[in-house]
Amino acid sequence: MTSIALRALRKEYNGQVAIPNLDLDIADGEFFTLLGPSGCGKTTLLRMIAGFNSIESGTIAFDDVVINDRSPSARNIGMVFQSYALFPQMSAGKNVAFGLQTRNVDRAESARRVAAALEQVHMAHLKDRLPGEMSGGQQQRVALARALVIRPAVLLMDEPLSNLDAKLRVEMRDTIREAQREAGITTVYVTHDQEEAMAVSDRIAVMNLGVVQQVGSPAEIYRNPANRFVAEFIGKTNLIERDLLQRNGASLLELGDGVTIDVGAAIDPAATGKVQVSVRPEAVQVGDGGLSAEVVEETFLGSHSQIRARLRTGETIEFLEFSRRDALWARGEQVSLQLNTDMLTYFDAASGVSIMRGAAK
Amino acid sequence: MKVPGDRFDGWTSVAVALTGGYLLLVIWPLVMVLISSFSVDGGMSLAGFEKFFSSRLYYGTLVNSMMVTVCVTALALVVAFPLAYFMTMFRIAGNRTVQMLILASMMSPPFIGAYSWILLLGNNGMITTFFQDLFGFKPPSIYGFVGIVLVLTLQLVPLIFTYLMGAWRTIDVSLLEASESMGITGWKRAVQVISPLLWPTVLAGSLLVFVRAFADFGTPMLIGQGFRTVPVLIYSSFVGEVGTDTSFAAAVAVIVIAVTLSVFLLQRYLASRQKFSMTALRSIEPKRLPGWRGVAAHAYVYGFLTLALAPLIVVVVSSFRNTLYGQFVDGFSLDNYVDSQRDIMRYVGNTFSIGITALVILVVVAVLVAYLTVRRKGVLSSTLDTMTMVPYVVPGLVIGIALVTAFSQKPLLLTGTFTIMVIALTIRRLPYAVRSTTALMYQLNPSIEEAAVSLGASKFRTLMRIIVPALAPGILSGAILSWVTIITELSTTLFLYNTSTQTLSLGIYAEVIRGQLGTAAALSTLLLVLTMLSLFVLMRLPGGQKELRV
Repeated sequence: MTSIALRALRKEYNGQVAIPNLDLDIADGEFFTLLGPSGCGKTTLLRMIAGFNSIESGTIAFDDVVINDRSPSARNIGMVFQSYALFPQMSAGKNVAFGLQTRNVDRAESARRVAAALEQVHMAHLKDRLPGEMSGGQQQRVALARALVIRPAVLLMDEPLSNLDAKLRVEMRDTIREAQREAGITTVYVTHDQEEAMAVSDRIAVMNLGVVQQVGSPAEIYRNPANRFVAEFIGKTNLIERDLLQRNGASLLELGDGVTIDVGAAIDPAATGKVQVSVRPEAVQVGDGGLSAEVVEETFLGSHSQIRARLRTGETIEFLEFSRRDALWARGEQVSLQLNTDMLTYFDAASGVSIMRGAAK
Repeated sequence: MKVPGDRFDGWTSVAVALTGGYLLLVIWPLVMVLISSFSVDGGMSLAGFEKFFSSRLYYGTLVNSMMVTVCVTALALVVAFPLAYFMTMFRIAGNRTVQMLILASMMSPPFIGAYSWILLLGNNGMITTFFQDLFGFKPPSIYGFVGIVLVLTLQLVPLIFTYLMGAWRTIDVSLLEASESMGITGWKRAVQVISPLLWPTVLAGSLLVFVRAFADFGTPMLIGQGFRTVPVLIYSSFVGEVGTDTSFAAAVAVIVIAVTLSVFLLQRYLASRQKFSMTALRSIEPKRLPGWRGVAAHAYVYGFLTLALAPLIVVVVSSFRNTLYGQFVDGFSLDNYVDSQRDIMRYVGNTFSIGITALVILVVVAVLVAYLTVRRKGVLSSTLDTMTMVPYVVPGLVIGIALVTAFSQKPLLLTGTFTIMVIALTIRRLPYAVRSTTALMYQLNPSIEEAAVSLGASKFRTLMRIIVPALAPGILSGAILSWVTIITELSTTLFLYNTSTQTLSLGIYAEVIRGQLGTAAALSTLLLVLTMLSLFVLMRLPGGQKELRV
């Protein structure tokens, strides 16, 4: 169907650079997510692809055809908005039919496709409702049907779930994923919610300050973040800073309490100086012979607890523990923490860039 | 580099066309007035201004106007505040009906009020003769300063009241509860807590009252007699019995614009110093007010209502009274209607043909301007927006003079034509229509338009199929309000009509001046009925009542 190629894209707002220079390739049929904190340029980029935002320089191509100068209405896109953007005076069915009318699809064919599209998002029974008479989740389902029914080359979604409550969000993202797979439409999805991004995406581009930090599958990005920003933005992590020591040809990090780890096999041999170790909460467990720490606080969350402990060096480590039968950790209690070295990642302390072997560049 | 979305498209041409039209029909005529005010016999001169400030006869009218305007504005506030306070804080019997009737009195033409008070308290008025017959003396005269202030205050209290009611709805009840918890209740609370919250609204409402009272021509003309205000001076020097002094009239018009513009800018400045926004999660619930205080509140509300409605009732009743040579005599009949039915048909016909044409153009232009200013922000759009606001601070009479000045010679000889009437009414109402349509447009999520475009719709199709239908209920209610103000407009068209384009409101004015009181009462009744019918339709529309809340 359609692949998207963005080359050397630049966007300015009144002289302020929003996106300095961006390249991305999105494969045919892929569910591709732009993820980042608010103001990172993800929505700006999506609206540039849609044609609603101007482009200062660079090119956007659908299937190798540059579409910079094509108006949004000529790009054959389906768009789903954060605010649903259903036409308030039209019923659900009429909303879905609108795009088919502009394409002069004949009545019988149109009716058939509208019914099928509403069926696909489980909204067939509310065909005659006005948007004002529907819940947010129902409106967004209709909006999705409206975008899909025209069989667009590209489906663009701008934070479609952020106005919905937590339970609906989970339900709705399954619907979106299902519908996208079924139609096989190349999809660009914008969100600031990393859990949502992980749940729906084939690949994710993590953005910050208008720059793509890393592109990869959810697992790649989580397990092997390209830099400190990605590590901290995706999931939680603890950062411990140590000097990289060269001893007898081995690269070592002394974590403290006699715990020394050999990182020679994990990191780039050229790395020197100060290193930050990223320790995910699930890489920590209580056990003998580890780092000595004092429990600061335990937050009981039902299935598990989130525990904050302070190392002797004064650094704080947060980790998770499945709920136990017996009592919770008391404040001030001494524990020994073991680290699962396979799950650690390393960054150059000065630049924040990953120094793992084979790190994403 | 070509940029999608910002391209030169149909909307740019629309903006250029509208700007051109405005320059030709509003700005150019006003510039002509300005030029004419500074020139005598083709030479540059300040003679017009010198004449104005040389004689008490002339500058006195400015003093008179300021006195009237300040008194009316202050009085209207003093009367309206308790009215709004009682209506929101306490349960008043027939609350909804009272509100509707107050609105109805606001929408009725002000000169009918003036004319009606003459029927009541004028030299041969009902109450005057009643007193004369019974006690042998006359009640205080209604003519002059007192009459103007009375009529305009009664007319404009509903306006401020409507503004206040609208603002009151945005006050969250928790604010009142918070002040109560700190021991501030009753009148202390009204003054210390509620008043500051209403301040921006009071400012906006007062400006409108000020401008309307200052610019009103019909009321002082009919009831002022020797007490002349500036609009009356402009009128008489423009159509002067002792010969027209165009340059002088233009100079006075410029002075009037200077006054209204400074008041407008002052209000802007004051409002910008104190800006905040409120939305009520829980609006104030009216409480039952027991005992004598409840009776007093009811007496106040219904007392005002009686005063406000009295002139309307008087006019309707008078229209059925017999007349002889234009003066009322004993007995009732339909003669006033039957005798002048041919004139009535002509007035009504003109009111509809001119009014509806103006309304259609008004709505179309307002939608286009609102769209441009909300969605196509830019130099051209903001210029257009500012230009449409010009008639807001320029009194109707001055607009009329400007149009006469600009379009009374070839090749643009339009005075007396259907076209110029339509142009005048459209220009006059445009600031209000643009404001309300812009407010509607802001409520429409921009994504809705983008959704239509993303689905392949062209710009024109998006406007016609999505934007206009989505705003249709609001546009329709706004159009009915515009319609009511169009049919009751007097001062703007006063210099522009001839017998073939005379509307109902112009007809009433002419008949009163000619002393045909019976015919005037019949025409006024018809105009009132038309106004009330329109308001009734508006109330029945979904969301129509909200529209009336300002």
